[in-house]
Formats: sequence, structure tokens, C-alpha cells
Amino acid sequence: MTDVLNSLLVQDDRTRRRNAAEVRFHAYGLGAIGVAVLALVLLLTSVVSSGIGAFRQTYITLEIPLPEEKLDKSGRRDSAVMARVTTFGYAPLLRDALLATMAQKGLTTTLSDTDIAGIISKEAAATMRDHVLANPDLIGSTVTLDVLAEGRIDGYFKGRVTMESAELDGRTSPEALRIVQLLADVGVIETRFNWRFLTAPDASDQRPEAAGLGVAIFGSLYMMLVVLVLALPIGVATSIYLEEFAPRNRLSDLIEVNISNLAAVPSIVFGILGLAIFINFAGLRQSSPLVGGLVLTLMTLPTIIISTRAALKSVPPSIRDAALAVGASKMQSVFHHVLPPAAPGILTGTIIGLAQALGETAPLLLIGMVAFVRDYPAAFTAEAGLFGEAATALPVQVFNWTQRADPGFAERASGAIIMLLVFLLAMNTVAILLRRRFERRW
Amino acid sequence: MWILNVVLSLPLLVIGLAVIGLIGARARATLAAGDDIRTLAALPKAHGTNAFLSVLIPAVSSFAALSLVRLFGQRQGVETMSARSVFWVVLTVAAIGCISAILRSSAGFRARVASEAWIKSLLITASTIAILTTVGIALSMLFEAIHFFRQYDWRDFFLSTDWSPNFRGNSALGILPLLWGTLYVSFVALTLAVPVGLFAAIYLSEYASPRMRGIAKPLIEILAGIPTIVYGLFALITIGPMLRDYFAQPLGLGDSASSVMTAGLVMGIMLIPFVSSLSDDTINAVPQAMRNGSLALGATRSETIRQVVIPSALPGIVGAVLLAASRAIGETMIVVLGAGAAARLSLNPFEAMTTVTVKIVSQLTGDTDFVSPETLVAFALGLTLFTVTLGLNVLALVIVRKYREHYE
Repeated sequence: MTDVLNSLLVQDDRTRRRNAAEVRFHAYGLGAIGVAVLALVLLLTSVVSSGIGAFRQTYITLEIPLPEEKLDKSGRRDSAVMARVTTFGYAPLLRDALLATMAQKGLTTTLSDTDIAGIISKEAAATMRDHVLANPDLIGSTVTLDVLAEGRIDGYFKGRVTMESAELDGRTSPEALRIVQLLADVGVIETRFNWRFLTAPDASDQRPEAAGLGVAIFGSLYMMLVVLVLALPIGVATSIYLEEFAPRNRLSDLIEVNISNLAAVPSIVFGILGLAIFINFAGLRQSSPLVGGLVLTLMTLPTIIISTRAALKSVPPSIRDAALAVGASKMQSVFHHVLPPAAPGILTGTIIGLAQALGETAPLLLIGMVAFVRDYPAAFTAEAGLFGEAATALPVQVFNWTQRADPGFAERASGAIIMLLVFLLAMNTVAILLRRRFERRW
Repeated sequence: MWILNVVLSLPLLVIGLAVIGLIGARARATLAAGDDIRTLAALPKAHGTNAFLSVLIPAVSSFAALSLVRLFGQRQGVETMSARSVFWVVLTVAAIGCISAILRSSAGFRARVASEAWIKSLLITASTIAILTTVGIALSMLFEAIHFFRQYDWRDFFLSTDWSPNFRGNSALGILPLLWGTLYVSFVALTLAVPVGLFAAIYLSEYASPRMRGIAKPLIEILAGIPTIVYGLFALITIGPMLRDYFAQPLGLGDSASSVMTAGLVMGIMLIPFVSSLSDDTINAVPQAMRNGSLALGATRSETIRQVVIPSALPGIVGAVLLAASRAIGETMIVVLGAGAAARLSLNPFEAMTTVTVKIVSQLTGDTDFVSPETLVAFALGLTLFTVTLGLNVLALVIVRKYREHYE
């Protein structure tokens, strides 16, 4: 018996246990990687599958007569007079046009005229009014317009609304869905790519079909501009001072510890700072891109400083020494000889900082960016100043939409997330390409 | 609008003066050089730069200082200085800078040294902004929190278990239920993130082939680049309903989609890359010779990792966990969308609870008046949050510094 126990070819109990532990440990590691990757896949598929619908939209193609006696009684095509006809004046025209189309295609229904009008989005009348006011010559003629379908109808063509759910829904009915299916079969209703989602402003609670990201993208763009203009020079200047000039003393130690701590301060604290200092104390305007940009600047500064310092550090001292040896001042050696080779690294860090700022939500909520904004903010107005007009931003728009009851907004929110992720992906790709293209090893 | 004219014309006038100074100083230096530029102590270019900066920097800093004085005056309700006088003071400063810089430029004047002193002052100013930010954060929260504690007893705030704000007054504003929610969510998050992140880091640095590492590491890092609002939405539309339908309702633990579990799990996913990349760094810093020594004595790889690598990387790992905890406590969007709004002291993880950050957001969004305790409590909450996270960060830093082994 003992010779078997001592053979190298047969494992004893202890070795077997140790080897089993080894296998288990290996499996734990693999499992951890699996969990992380699974979470990523689940996250992305969930967002994409629920948000892809926002990029498609259901339209109804209608031939709408524009009678002069309803829209411009005076007949003078004076826009001030025509503007007195509100959207309520336009809505019946749309309903009648839809009824006419249905009669023409030979569709009959038990629905009331009001329910038929409910197939068309409430936004459509406003869109049509704007169209007519912009082109007064159209009055008297018949125009062919693609108008938005109501949110539930849109949801039906994307599979979000079914016959069963329509049964329980106060805002649509199985009969309405049957009609729109028939209309779709004859080509009056069509679902196609939704450019409006990228250009239109936000819409009210009842009209998810009309809500778009245009204003939010604009606001985010303004803020990124403010962050870039402020954070890049300040960040680079700080890094140059700390890396190249600062004497090793208490003060520069304090600044360094400070910066690394600021990088770990929760972002919402920066929102509180912005509210207390920029809005309450300095009296800047609530929900303006300027305040948002300032808050995000303070938040991204540590990121930019840390990566800029790393970039400066990677430039070998021999380059500085060579410049000093031929008579350059310290300042000249830094600005003429150290900064250029460090530039790609600085740029990469800046882009990553900007990407962080683009996705940040919490501080913006505190400085009032949750407000409902329908107009594209102007970059400069005499009254509000530079970037002073109320704006909203991509992530805040997402948050706003999640707070609304209509399920159509959940789809919009996920769609907005897809846009946000596309922007982030683009920025990070640029950063990686820059690093690959210009990275130099000394 | 006179104010607007000031705002628009002042920068133009100052820049105009700066350009005049630049041209003037340059011309004077060139003139002083005569035929031989080598007689100059500095290039004409440096004289120009010096003049430009001697106009711009004093003008901008005097404008900033005076605006600050005006602002403080306005807050106190006293008129300190009219916009018109600010305009003239700044313009005078700029003009003096311009004339003196032009007059100073001569053959012997070391303009390069002078201009670089200006530039250095700019660099120093930029680097104090980081300190100013911290001071700003601390002061703004401290002042408003003091306002709050004048109206509301601090003992009630820190020791009461009742949170029910009422905008008509007479609110109960006890922080304990919020702290409980915060700690519970963070605990769930760390329970997921620490083992997964740590094992992922161990696997990537000890077991994975370079190919596997090249694929898995960037994938995990993508998780770190995703904004928290995306995680929040994920909690709201996917994880929340899933947990409710498959766990909470069948187990009879409640029927709320937003819960501690929802927010905690999603936050845990967010923290995985954070823990793994920080631990990865410290594990990689353990020298190969130590592993080889252990393997040579007959230990298996897992024994080497458990008994040699992890103990020597422990300070770094503890630091990573503390930093992750600080992130979890300060995280806002995930809990706003995933944890719920009801302040509650409960052990059931499938029940909606709320956190400090959620309440900061809800008390400060909308119309804020900075007078009522219901608004001001947000600053006291913010100060608490700031203190706790700062404490954790500093502790992490100290542990890493103190216990880090220095290998040669």
C-alpha cells in the first residue's frame, strides 16, 4: 500500500485538494471576467434594443386642402393677421384630410371623428401652422404633407403597443390600430428614419412622438465649448507650473494633494458649488450653458491636469537641458521644446476629460438645467450675455424623459443614450487615434 | 444700454492699448539698437511681449478684483462702485501699463526676464484655481449649512430617524434614514464590485494570455467610460423590473422596481472597472522574483497569489476598495433613478430607500430660495457627504503611502 501512496504518478489526497483549489481559483477569475463582460453586453443590448425605436418614426402622408376662408379671411397674406388662427384652426383640416383619405381608399370604421383625429399627433397641427405661416402662398392650394402619427400609433408599428394593451389604454383602441394597419397596407402610413429626433426640440408630456434632441445637443455643444476654452489653458498652465517651475515646498505639495482629492470629490458637490457661488452669489443665470460649462470645467480640470503632467513628465530632461545649453530661458525651453512633443498626450487627456464632462448629469440638475426648454439657445444675446440663454444638455434630457409617465418617453430616453454613447465613442476613438499616431517613445 | 457698451468696449480698448504698447515698445527697442541689434539686452520681440502683458495682466486682474468688490457690495446691499468707475479705473491701469512699458524699453532693459515674470504669474494664478475650487466648495457649503443649523437643531438633524420635509414648514429633517440608505446601497454595490473586480484583476495579471488580456481589459474599461446616467437608465428600465418580477414578487418581499438591490447591483457593475484597474496596478507592482520564489518552493499558482502576491499588494487593494466606497457614497444618478425616494429604515433590500445624494437633488431642483430649512438642508447633507468622501479618500491615500512596500 505504501508504495502507491508515494508514487509520483498517483496523486495523494493533499495534492488532489491543492490542485482542485487551483482549478477553482482559476475558475473564479474567469467567472469574474465573465460577469463583467456579461454586464457590459446586457447593458448595451438593453439600451440599444429599447432605444433603437426612437430613430424611426411613423408618419401619415395626407393631402390637405388649405382653404383661404379658414386660414386667411382677409386674403392679404399678412402674417400678423394669419397668426391669429391658432393650432385649433388647423387641427380640423388634418382630421378632414384623414377622413377624406380613408373614404378614398374605401375604409370604413366605427370610430368617431374625434377618435380618428386622435390618430394624428397633436404636434402635427402646430407643424402645419408653422409651415403655412412660412409659406403663405400655399393657401388656397392643396399640399401633401407627412404628418406625425400619435405616440401610441407609432408604438404599434414598433411593437410597443399591441391589440391587447390597446384594450386597456384610454388613449387608443384596437379599432384604431386596425384602421392604421389598413392605412399602412395601402401606404398612407409609413415608418421611416427619424431625422426629427436629432433636430427637433423637446415636446410636452402628451407628445412623445414629437420630442427630439436638437436643443439638448446644442446645449451640450455650448457647454463643451466653454469647458474646452477654459479647462484646456488653465489645466495646461497649472500642469506646466507644477511640473516645471514649482519649488518643492508646502504650497506646491498642498496644490498637488488638493488636485488629487478634487478628482475624487463626488460630482454632485460641484453642482452645489455652482449653485451657491455662480448662481446665488455671482448672480449668473440659472440653467445657462455658461454656468454649466463653468461647473464642468472645475470638474474636468483635475483630469486634464493629471494627464498633462504625465505627458510633460514623459518628455526626457535631455531636451530641456539642450535648450538651456544654447541659451534659451527656462520659459523658452518649456514652451518651445517641451510643450510641442507633449501636445498629443495633452490633447488625448483633454478629449477624455471632455467626454467625462459630456456624460455628467448630477451637477447640471442642481444648476437648474432640468427646465423645459423649447427654443434653440442663442450663443449671445444682449440681455443674457454670452451663453446665457436657458439650455438643456443631452444627459439631463435623458433624465427629464425618464421622469415622464408616457412609455414613449422611455424609448426616447434610450434613444438619447444611444446618441450620447455615439458621441462618447467618437471622442474616445479620436483620442486613441491621436495617441497611436503621435505617441513617441524616447 | 450703457452697461452693455462698457462690457463690449472695455475689452476692445484694453486690447487696443496692449497692441499699441506692443508696437511702441518694439519700435523703441529697435530704435535704441540702431544698426547693431547685439547691443540690446533682449530682442525687440521680447520688449513687445513685455509691453503687451504689462497692459493686459494688470487690467484684467484689476477688473476681476473690482468686479468682486462690486459683487460683495451688491450682496450686502451697498453700492460700492458704479460700473462707470470700474470702467475708468481699468482703463487707467491699462494706460499706465502701456506708457510705462514703452518708456522702460531701452537697450539695457532685460525685457525677456520681465515678460517671463508676467507669464510665470499667469501660471501661478492658474494653479491656485484648484485650491480656490476646494475653498469655494468648503465655504459655500459651510455658510449655507450654518444658516441651516441656525434654523434647525443639529441634534435633530444628526440623530433623528424621521425624514419628512414639508414645504409649508415644520419639517422633520433627520439624516439617519438617508445615511442608512446610502450605506446599504454602497454595501450591496461593494459586495458585488470588490470580489468581481479583484478576481478580474488577478486573472488578468496572473493567468490571462496576452491575447486574452488585450481583449478583456479594454472591454472592462469600456464600463468605466459609460456615463452614470446610462447606468441609471439601465437600472430603471431593465434591472429594476427584472428584480421585481423574478425575485421580489415571487419571494413576497415587495413590489417596487426601484430598490436598494436595483441601485446596488447596477452601481456594483459601475465600480467593477474601478476596483479592477486600481488593483491591477498594485498587483503588477509586486516584483516577479517574489512569485518565482514561491513557485520554486512548490506552491501552486493560486497559493502564490493568495499567500505572496495579495499580502504584498494589500495596501493598494484596500486603498482601491476605500476609493470605490467613496465613489459609491457620492454616486447620484444611479440612485436617483434606481433606489427610489422614500426615506426608510428597513433591512429588506427589495424595498425602495433613498440616499443622501437623492435628497440633495430633490431639495435643490426647481425653485430654490436659500431661506427655508427645507432648501438649506441640502447644504448640510452636501457638507456631510463631502466630509465623508474626503475622509475616505485621505484614508486611502494614507494607507497606500504608509504601508506600500518599496521593492527594488
